[in-house]
Amino acid sequence: MATVDFAVGIGGENGQGIASTGDILARIFARRGLNLNAYNAYQSIIRGGHTFLTIRASDGPVRSMGDKVDVLIPLNQDSMDRHLRLMKAGSCVLYDGDKLKPGTPAAGVQLCPMPMKDLVKANKLAANTAALGATLQMLGIESEPLEAVIARQFKKKGDAVVAENVGIARAGYDYAAKSFKSFPFKVPTCPKPQAIVTGNQATAMGGVAAGVKFYAAYPMSPSTGVLMWMAQHARQLGIMVRQVEDEIGVMNMVIGAGHTGCRAMCATSGGGFALMSEAIGMAGMIETPVVCVDVQRAGPATGVPTKTEQGDLWQVLGAGQGDYPRLIVAPSSQLDLFTTIPELFNLCDKYQCPGLVLADLLISEGTASVDPADLNFNVKIDRGELILPNGNGETENPFGGYNDNAYLRYKNTESGISPRAVPGVPGHIHIAATDEHDEDGTLISDEFTNPTKRRMMVEKRARKMQSALAQIVPPKVVGPENAQVTLVGWGSTEGVIREAVEKLAGEEGVVANQLHIKWVVPFHTEEVTRILSRSKRVIIVENNYSGQFARYLRSETGFAAHGHIRKYDGEPFMPHHIVNAVKEQLAGKEQISAPVHEVIV
Amino acid sequence: MSTAVETAPLPPATPTVVPGELSKDTYKGKIHPDWCPGCGDFSVLSALQTALFELGLKPHQVLVVSGIGCSSNLPGFINTYGMHTLHGRSLAVATGAKLGNHELKVICTGGDGDGYGIGGNHFVHTMRRNVDLTYIVMDNQIYGLTTGQVSPTSVKGMKTKSTPHGSVENPINPIPMAIVGGATYVARAFSGKQKHLVEILKGAIQHKGFALVDVFSPCVTYNKDNTYQWFNPRVKILEEQGHDPSNFNKAIERGYQWGEEIPIGLFWKRTDLPSLEDQEPVLHDGDGPLGYRKLGITKEQSDALIKELL
Repeated sequence: MATVDFAVGIGGENGQGIASTGDILARIFARRGLNLNAYNAYQSIIRGGHTFLTIRASDGPVRSMGDKVDVLIPLNQDSMDRHLRLMKAGSCVLYDGDKLKPGTPAAGVQLCPMPMKDLVKANKLAANTAALGATLQMLGIESEPLEAVIARQFKKKGDAVVAENVGIARAGYDYAAKSFKSFPFKVPTCPKPQAIVTGNQATAMGGVAAGVKFYAAYPMSPSTGVLMWMAQHARQLGIMVRQVEDEIGVMNMVIGAGHTGCRAMCATSGGGFALMSEAIGMAGMIETPVVCVDVQRAGPATGVPTKTEQGDLWQVLGAGQGDYPRLIVAPSSQLDLFTTIPELFNLCDKYQCPGLVLADLLISEGTASVDPADLNFNVKIDRGELILPNGNGETENPFGGYNDNAYLRYKNTESGISPRAVPGVPGHIHIAATDEHDEDGTLISDEFTNPTKRRMMVEKRARKMQSALAQIVPPKVVGPENAQVTLVGWGSTEGVIREAVEKLAGEEGVVANQLHIKWVVPFHTEEVTRILSRSKRVIIVENNYSGQFARYLRSETGFAAHGHIRKYDGEPFMPHHIVNAVKEQLAGKEQISAPVHEVIV
Repeated sequence: MSTAVETAPLPPATPTVVPGELSKDTYKGKIHPDWCPGCGDFSVLSALQTALFELGLKPHQVLVVSGIGCSSNLPGFINTYGMHTLHGRSLAVATGAKLGNHELKVICTGGDGDGYGIGGNHFVHTMRRNVDLTYIVMDNQIYGLTTGQVSPTSVKGMKTKSTPHGSVENPINPIPMAIVGGATYVARAFSGKQKHLVEILKGAIQHKGFALVDVFSPCVTYNKDNTYQWFNPRVKILEEQGHDPSNFNKAIERGYQWGEEIPIGLFWKRTDLPSLEDQEPVLHDGDGPLGYRKLGITKEQSDALIKELL
């Protein structure tokens, strides 16, 4: 059971060091063994604009950014004006008393003006550091952890910079001790230090665990973090990383590398994914396994590059013309991204098809704590029916020699899976063609069209998927069986829906349970239908306007949900958005709720 | 601009490896080409098979990658590993394949529409990267497989099914474009001069870096302007004219030449620039091609990655 559960919000303009301040705080909390979730609401601007970072930490589970901010650190007047009105009794606001005017807060909000000019001396950019010191003091955390993390953060800039920042942090800490009222709780130290990871880092590291040897990308928010991590670690880990001229080139290059036997991967956002889609169909047609991550942002077109949405489901379901098998998975958290990528690669190798991941800005750019023991890189590797030259050299080759017709790259097997030799293996020469082809690779698209063979090849590829469903874990209901309402979500919203379910039970006396979908294709039609047919009332929660998942669920199960909660303003759900909407629907007021985001960020 | 001096403008005529079990027939594909009788592409296919044979390359060591179009059907007609990819994407796929297995000889084949039109972006960027690929463009100045529309190399004024009043656009000239674009071996050949074509292809395949061979490969069905009869009196072999392929300005000047005399041969070659693969240490740590390597990382490596997150 959680003894503390609090959130710190830092607001200002881009360029004021909000990200690094957040990183320092997150590291302090995680090293102390707290669980945390950090979400940065930002804008597509390098300097200026408005950024608001929320870090929530607890000694209990933390699955979302939560509903409240306990410590507000506005670094400029704009941030003060946007957020002060949302602060509730018991919270505090730390700010530069020389520069900012707070306005009138709600009763019970502690205003904490700090004489920043005196505290930061000449270093005008260090107000956030002083505020950090004060924050820790008020949370009952000693100053040493802050000093250790500051030393780590500024190490590269030299001892003088470290000493200066440590001094400023300590000045803020001491000022708070004598001037402000601390929180009634003290943040405890938990036994197990946690690691902190963004979803993009987790995606890249999941690729490393899977054995990715080739990564290509074109920079696109919010997926660029994967490219940066990969580029940073490429040489130490033996990975070929390329930034390509466009996403068309990215996917084609990834397929080229995948075709030669590499585990090859890329990440992009919806616009880049659109450019990749023809080539994803190629991976399906020539049966080359590749993994592509679509980190969704609010669209269409350029949309809102720095905001989140679950709006690409149908794009990914329909990527590429024609009819071909693919795997689609929507991981639910940073850790889930890490563990899903190797699992998906195994399935892609087994079924020789593209694997598509639906992530989104919320989990991919968001930070979470994870137990370092859960970051297991020693994962199961299954490459399916892959033929490499190793151990299958020129002399031992069962097929041997040139012009050998015995090897059929696209052999029409019972499982639909054909042994896959890569270029360079003697005796297995074949052509991989995006035109429809015969078992040996010969084109049957131009001169040799043949409806019988075309049918055979379509069925061969499709048949591969028949055994796929048994390879993945079916979704389960979380919470009481006999609930008043079942909340259904997919992908990144698992955490926030879980917290909403807990809130409903605790504060509202509403018994709800949760069915969360991770695997989109293949889909557990039977299990999901069985669960939903027993539910009294089903409400689907998703981060888009048109209910993309609700429609997909209907197409796969024939089940139409009773209600819908949809958010499409670019900001993620907070638990109370879901709680309030469920109450409103149980009261019979609405069937489709669109919660309003209370703050303009 | 100065580059490494090339004393011999033509690549060696004798094979670098004396082939044992190989014969020219080794490279014959299972399928007879479905090109129109008289198509220039027959000559390119035959020249490529000869070049591979004379260089002693074993079929399983070669990957031929194409896009889409008449000429892009070539991988189906040659006995090597092959990929018949998407329209315009052969260079991107081939780059990935070359990096995935840098021990393969990777040869791209395609047409002018595929390479200079829809694939233009990849063409430009593959050249500047100097990937070790041989790119053979069968340039017939028309869209053949779609039955005769204007192409990026169709001359201004050309009447086609999509330009019934004559094209008003200027064509691309791939030779100067490749020279300034960063290709390190830039040549042009003609289907009607097969012996010369074989030598140019051998030089391109042996060249370490990006090699473009633009081949006039007449479309006998849809291009009634740029025919064998039209090219024959015009093409002049650079090697017979003492052209120095290390001379940048001369290469550009001869590349622009068009009309009564059209040069073919090796315009430009430099060997002082490393190829992309040469510059990536990941490929050179002794473990062979990336695609064949063992997966997974060591405990020390994973511990270091986790430590970054603490």
